[in-house]
Amino acid sequence: MKPLTYRTLLLWVVAVAIFSVGYLGGDLGGDSIWNSASAMERLVEGEEIALKPAPQPTRGDYPNIGVSSRAVVWVVAQMHLFFGALVLAVPMFVVGIEIMGLKTGDDRYDDMAHEFMKISLTAYSITALFGGTLAIALFLLYPTFMDYMMGVFGAQMLVYAVLFFLETFFLYTYYYGWDALRYGNKKWLHLSLGLMLNGAGLTLMFVSNSWATFMMAPSGITDVGAVVGNIWEIMKGPLWNPVNLHRFIANIAFGGAVVGAYAGFKFLAARTPAEKAHYDWMGYTSNFIAIFAFLPLPFAGYWLMAEVYAYSQQMGITAMGGILAWLFIVQAVLIGTILLAANYYLWSGMSRTEGSKRYQGFIKWIALTIVLCFLIWMTPHTLLLSASEIAALGGSHHHILGPLGIMPAKNIAVNLMLIMTFLSFQLYRRSDKEATVSWASMGNALLVAIYIAAIVNIIFAGVYYGYFTNTVYKVGSSVTQVVSTLIVIISGVIIDGMMYKNAKVKYPAVWGRVTNRSQYALFALPVAFTWLMGLMGYVRSSVKTHWHIYTVMKDNSPDNYIPAIGYAGNMVTLVTVLFLIFVLFVFWVANLSQQKQVKPQEAEA
Amino acid sequence: MMERNRQRGNVLLSTLGFSLGLILLFTMVANILPQVEGEAPVDSEVDLGALTMDSFVSLGEELFRGKGTCTLCHNNLGRAPDILVMNMVDTSSERLSDTRYQGGAADVEAYLRESMIDPSGYVVASFGKKGSDDTESPMPTVNKAPLNLSDIEIDAIIAFMQSKDGGEVTVALPTEAPAVAEESAAGGGAAPAESGEAAIAKYGCSACHLISGSGGDLGPDLSGIAARLDAQQLQQAITEPNAVIAEGFAVGLMPTDFANKMTVSELKMVVDLLLKQ
Repeated sequence: MKPLTYRTLLLWVVAVAIFSVGYLGGDLGGDSIWNSASAMERLVEGEEIALKPAPQPTRGDYPNIGVSSRAVVWVVAQMHLFFGALVLAVPMFVVGIEIMGLKTGDDRYDDMAHEFMKISLTAYSITALFGGTLAIALFLLYPTFMDYMMGVFGAQMLVYAVLFFLETFFLYTYYYGWDALRYGNKKWLHLSLGLMLNGAGLTLMFVSNSWATFMMAPSGITDVGAVVGNIWEIMKGPLWNPVNLHRFIANIAFGGAVVGAYAGFKFLAARTPAEKAHYDWMGYTSNFIAIFAFLPLPFAGYWLMAEVYAYSQQMGITAMGGILAWLFIVQAVLIGTILLAANYYLWSGMSRTEGSKRYQGFIKWIALTIVLCFLIWMTPHTLLLSASEIAALGGSHHHILGPLGIMPAKNIAVNLMLIMTFLSFQLYRRSDKEATVSWASMGNALLVAIYIAAIVNIIFAGVYYGYFTNTVYKVGSSVTQVVSTLIVIISGVIIDGMMYKNAKVKYPAVWGRVTNRSQYALFALPVAFTWLMGLMGYVRSSVKTHWHIYTVMKDNSPDNYIPAIGYAGNMVTLVTVLFLIFVLFVFWVANLSQQKQVKPQEAEA
Repeated sequence: MMERNRQRGNVLLSTLGFSLGLILLFTMVANILPQVEGEAPVDSEVDLGALTMDSFVSLGEELFRGKGTCTLCHNNLGRAPDILVMNMVDTSSERLSDTRYQGGAADVEAYLRESMIDPSGYVVASFGKKGSDDTESPMPTVNKAPLNLSDIEIDAIIAFMQSKDGGEVTVALPTEAPAVAEESAAGGGAAPAESGEAAIAKYGCSACHLISGSGGDLGPDLSGIAARLDAQQLQQAITEPNAVIAEGFAVGLMPTDFANKMTVSELKMVVDLLLKQ
């Protein structure tokens, strides 16, 4: 009988875990154990269960500490979320890199993955510190609200604590066991620890997401907030999974961007070609992770907003067409910055290989398209104008630029920007290789056809359905646009994967041969990502308007209004700068562990 | 070693400078956009004794555009029927005789009420929830959270719907229970305004008055008001609006509780700003 290897064990553990979760959750047919005591059954059976409505705090129930309670919670919560996102994301792609190292036998992957984890380890402590501070701040400043939340979620909070212990255990064993479990069968044990770390981390995030989504779209309770559902019904509100997916993808993009900045910094400070080559490669990998995770993010966001509209049209319009609508101009600037920086980094990176020369003619057209789309995306529809300005303009909207301000134009712009970014990435990936398969020219022709068909479809659907039909078709057409973009990305990955599987590396990349200027793109990415996360946090929280828990518990605190975009921008800047300072500390600590003081006698000698 | 540290210091400074510059750019974009706060509704009482049908209709319009958030969807963007440009009395009669109508209303008033508290009773073709084949309306039930309109507030909106196109108002004026109306202006709920413009936005003055070239016409046009009233008279007009009524305007239209809601500095800032009109 063959001995059980760690590899087999790992596969079994994963398979059994997936099956168990599916079975117990009711996804494989049968009843979910979580729903065994449904709300209605409990209502009928347990007459002694008192249905207690949610308390309604009055102004006096909020302690006054002299500064805005919301501002305090805003800063601490956002810092916790930034670091939480980082420490959850890094192990995800680190395990991927580790698997890559195992597959290729290249130790560089392992070393890089280990170095990434070093950043995550220090950040983990900071996450926990901000998490604890946040809990204290919430209990102190919003006692009635927290009392109700504790009552609703009950023992689930303890599960959260247990998960936290588990994550800590797996994090430390994964990081400190790296060299002890580096080769052979033990490597599989190490990878299993990595998977467990991610399993605990993701579950932790899903649990805490349920608190936020319960506040936005409560479930498992009556109209007045009395708990009638079990914990699963409370957690599984209409926005839970969309937020889970959105945060899962966004975290990876964010984590990739932050470690990219680390690599960029180390590259700029490097003195030897070997160091430069290592950190150039690290920066490239980080950028790859960030952008590859970022490309599907708008689609996850689209799903989230569709679910918001389905839950409450009013909430959807408040976000997209109401008081918060201006925010999306800032979002356009941020995403435009991210895409321009990522593309610029890829174009600069082409200098690593001679083979890129054949593609350089494309770059100016890609750049032109991206810039044009960027400008369209940030064109506002409605302007606050004085009477003389309205007269000069000939109306409240500019007759040419006005139509660019509405969603159909922006949908065309954002989809084309994503397609162009993918094209940059594809050209970069092809630069050093030459396809050897016999059907290479046919494959290229097919790809070109897919690009053209998708671009034509995106523009046609946007213009025809967006401007010549009514609103119902306008919204529906964006789905075909999104599908077109996804088809380009997915088919591009598949066709290139097959075409370049055994391709000849004709022009090997010289790592380190890239301009210093290009490294600043690696700083633009995390800065814009961080600011964007903060901004999206503002809109996610603000759509609840003056409710702690939408439709159930009113916010009667002095801060129960949606702040203006300028104030929100200043708050986001404050947390971004704070995050920057703390991240520098993390980098410094990570760097400190590599240094060793020379013994005084040796130094003198 | 010294050289290396200096190099690191330079890299740190340049990358930090670049990052901070970018952050400032984003902050600037956020600050040059129009600044609008979303105020929480604040309870205020309607003086039933002084209520006239005209002021009841005005209250309905105010609720329609404010607390009811009806104009969020009922506008010319096609998300919901643009009922401000439709004759709702005629439209209601047509719907009552439509074969698709399954509700229990017998007249226009009852239909309008039903459309607000049971919006799925009759869904206008192509405006139903996605996938519901026009059997389910995306409109919130107005007497439940988050809107929580009271019966009197719903009646006021019906009165506005009936009267806006010159129709007969059949809904009765409330006489018994005190109605709790909410205004979209914040009052004591929010932080004090920091400028006259902010205070005017906060208390929704432009909803009825033309100020700085924009606003409604329910109240007097305040352009050039400084030529007609001095600071003291303006202050009185705000805190005791019924003391002196401008010609052509009804008594009781303007809220009488600004004296309780506004801070002293807010009142002063509003008066100063109006004196510059």
